[in-house]
Amino acid sequence: MIEPILIARKLVHSFGGLTAVNNVSIDCRVGEIHALIGPNGAGKTTLINLLSGDLQVNAGNILFEGNEITGLKSYQISQRGIARSYQKSNIFLMFTAFENCRLAAQSRLPHSMHFFLNPDTCSAVNEVAHAALATAGLSGRIDTIAGALSHGERRQLEVAMTLATVPKLLLLDEPLAGMGADESTRMVELLRKLSANHSILVVEHDVDAIFAMADVLTVMVNGMVLASGSPDSIRSDPKVQSAYFGVSGV
Amino acid sequence: MAIFAMSLDLLIGYTGLVSLGHAAFFGLAGYLLAFAAPEFQPANLWTSLFLTMMFCAIFASVIGFITLRTSGIYFIMVTLAISQMLYFFIHDSKVAGGSDGVYIYMRPDATFFGWKPFDLENISDFYYFTLTLLVLTYCFLRALVRSVFGRVLSGIRLNESRMNSLGYPTFRYKVICFVFSGTLAGVAGYLSAAQFGVVNPDMLGWHMSGNVLVMVILGGMGTLLGPAMGAFILLLLELIFQTLPSIGGVNLSKHWHLFMGGAIVLVALFLPAGVAGLIRGKSQTRQPIDD
Ligand SMILES: Nc1ncnc2c1ncn2[C@@H]1O[C@H](COP(=O)(O)OP(=O)(O)OP(=O)(O)O)[C@@H](O)[C@H]1O
Ligand SMILES: [Mg+2]
Repeated sequence: MIEPILIARKLVHSFGGLTAVNNVSIDCRVGEIHALIGPNGAGKTTLINLLSGDLQVNAGNILFEGNEITGLKSYQISQRGIARSYQKSNIFLMFTAFENCRLAAQSRLPHSMHFFLNPDTCSAVNEVAHAALATAGLSGRIDTIAGALSHGERRQLEVAMTLATVPKLLLLDEPLAGMGADESTRMVELLRKLSANHSILVVEHDVDAIFAMADVLTVMVNGMVLASGSPDSIRSDPKVQSAYFGVSGV
Repeated sequence: MAIFAMSLDLLIGYTGLVSLGHAAFFGLAGYLLAFAAPEFQPANLWTSLFLTMMFCAIFASVIGFITLRTSGIYFIMVTLAISQMLYFFIHDSKVAGGSDGVYIYMRPDATFFGWKPFDLENISDFYYFTLTLLVLTYCFLRALVRSVFGRVLSGIRLNESRMNSLGYPTFRYKVICFVFSGTLAGVAGYLSAAQFGVVNPDMLGWHMSGNVLVMVILGGMGTLLGPAMGAFILLLLELIFQTLPSIGGVNLSKHWHLFMGGAIVLVALFLPAGVAGLIRGKSQTRQPIDD
């Protein structure tokens, strides 16, 4: 088996008295979709926030490509090649779909500040942005103001923006939330395709979608990992069945 | 004044940083010119302008580095507090002439390696020189806000944490924006001091900061030309209201502040996009921000 690109060990994060993430360890590999599931309030989003640097860990450490990234700021982690999407669409509603992606893509320009460089003349950046939109299936909507996109399209744009930063690891927080059945199927296909040369950690509630795409599953309950393993082993795990699937009736 | 307003627009309209201490740079630059000018002798325009800009840039980077750790209402408070500290420091210190200020007896001398292209003592030369700097400032800022850098500033205004997770060190961007803005405010203060021949602590007080903020809002945030127009309009309104006649024994011009306030309220109510929004027409309605 190939080496993990991301190794997180014994992560802890508390909000006041509430330990939202408690001793969580998780590995992600290129070529693999790792699904993170668990009931509401299990700490999935908090875990994503820890890995992306949006929140800092209270304890534990994170290795990415063999390097310690614990405690780095979110922009530094992004520059290392970890991109994230948000559970609640977090896009620039006043910008067009294309501008959203271009903003993401231009963060990869080699020198950080370009005071007088007109973004229209920056062909490499524009190409990356166009490619990301095409991959996410938004080619027909490039000049639409993001605020005018449908809910599903905003979710697609959210993913397109993460792709535009040319990441190695994608942290996707419920990319399918609120999508119609067709849109959902297309997104699952997209993630499967992307997993060939990316590592993907995806939070998802929809059980069908999870088993359609995941190579590995981690189940979180009350901030702790209840079980982790292949879809089959998770499905037949009695602990998981009573704690999680028991409720949703699978 | 228009340069001053445009410099603040970069901060407010593009980056979303509302500063109530912007006059600190304006006034500081005025004092720098006053100190650069030996008594009864003009300062050299080029060196003193350059030094003023450098000093304002350094000052802005220090202030920015401190104040930009805060955001929102706290940023407003901290910028206000720092500029008031400077105000009282200058107000109460002997060297700077206290509350009376300092006179600048001669306008800067434009001699450049023995060549004197124009004479600022000449009123039309001074006018054209100021106009040139105004146009240069506008072109500079326009190129800046349309650049890759400017797009990042807009992104920071709309959603800073998202810009962070896209890989932008937003703090650094904000500090640099603050430096640009402070330096240009310095240019404006320099010109103002040179024009009126006097600097006093009021130039850097919160009143002045509030005034320029009104100019930006009046003209339209995030439009550059708007705030420049806002500066003219505010000064024009001030002039009109101050020369109102007496009607029925009431001297209206004495209460010009009242009319001024009323005019500002009307603009805020009926022209939320400022005068620039009026010119641009109704085509650009505001995008509702929902989630
Ligand atoms: N910023 C915060 N401050 C305080 N408590 C928080 C904060 N964010 C999350 N929590 C709490 O931490 C726990 C875990 O929240 P988290 O959002 O990580 O859950 P989740 O697994 O993503 O749930 P969902 O499926 O609803 O998205 C919850 O009890 C939540 O109330
Ligand atoms: Mg969540």
